[in-house]
Amino acid sequence: MIAAIGLLLGVFLGLLLQPSVPVWLDPYLPIAVVAALDAVFGALRAFLDGIFDDKVFVISFVSNVLIAALIVYLGDKLGVGGQLSTGVIVVLGIRIFSNVAAIRRHIFHA
Amino acid sequence: MDAPRPAAATPVEPSGREDLDGRARLLAALRKPGSRGQVVAGLLLAAVGFAGVTQVQANRKDDTYVGARQGDLIQLINTLSLASDRAEAQITKLEKTRDALGNDTQARRTALLRARQQADTLGILAGTMPAEGPGVRVTVSDKNTGVGTNQLIDGLQELRDAGAEVIELNDSVRVVASTYLEDTTGGGVLADGTPLGPPYVIDAIGDPHTLATALDFTGGFISEIRGVGGTVTVQRLATVQITSLHKVQAPKYAEPGLTR
Repeated sequence: MIAAIGLLLGVFLGLLLQPSVPVWLDPYLPIAVVAALDAVFGALRAFLDGIFDDKVFVISFVSNVLIAALIVYLGDKLGVGGQLSTGVIVVLGIRIFSNVAAIRRHIFHA
Repeated sequence: MDAPRPAAATPVEPSGREDLDGRARLLAALRKPGSRGQVVAGLLLAAVGFAGVTQVQANRKDDTYVGARQGDLIQLINTLSLASDRAEAQITKLEKTRDALGNDTQARRTALLRARQQADTLGILAGTMPAEGPGVRVTVSDKNTGVGTNQLIDGLQELRDAGAEVIELNDSVRVVASTYLEDTTGGGVLADGTPLGPPYVIDAIGDPHTLATALDFTGGFISEIRGVGGTVTVQRLATVQITSLHKVQAPKYAEPGLTR
């Protein structure tokens, strides 16, 4: 319940404040958001499995975001930022898909 | 990265009933708020929502030219700089127009001021405006009705010669360029059709000293009046007020000629 409220609150705040993305954050934010989404879906799956741990969730969330940003940074420095970003997105997308599949199995038993 | 480790697994619900399936657990969590895990999850989800919405909006703002090719972009920039050049040229032109209009207004104001001054001058000359200033008041008393147009015309001529700017007879007739005097049978005079009788009062605006001396010399106006049996008093005044006006009629025959 509180989690759902938190999500709504964040979206609402974003719509209300309409913050502009700082330039230095611009390349990292999209990847970071996708990584955070991966962590969220993983946490939801773990919760449905009955093995949710908030500590694990926090750590995985933060490390996901940081590693994603680090990969993009590294890619930028090496001159392969676009490709690395694509790779990260692909990997995270696959993970999100598998997590969502597991969640679906839990909720719909199918 | 976030792979849930079975070792760290702890049920989020205080009831901790392991036999609940996922759906029931989710519904229970939705119905019953409050555990620490939910608060943490709420905070992180708020962060995700905030960042996601921010990114979506930033993306929506900027994606107009993302797919454009280099040539298109260059053309776009050229078009924009052309438009900006045109706008600047227009600004310059409009500023020039504004300055010109400002000058025009100034010139018109000056012309209006000058015209007004000229209208004042002409009004005083033509007798269509009241006037005041230093001058003299000449009173001609005459018991024998010996004073007629000859003497008065001489007097007016002397005053004009001495620089009188505005002249008035008996506080009722403004003496202008077209003013005429005529003797009447009763001993008075007719000035511009207005009958006047003695004592005649001539008001004149001009330098009082010059006007007074102009009347008073041997064979002049005063001696002439005395010769026909009248008396003259001349008052030099700091302010002579002349209020009678001459009615101007549009010329019937004369038309303005071309000025060179």
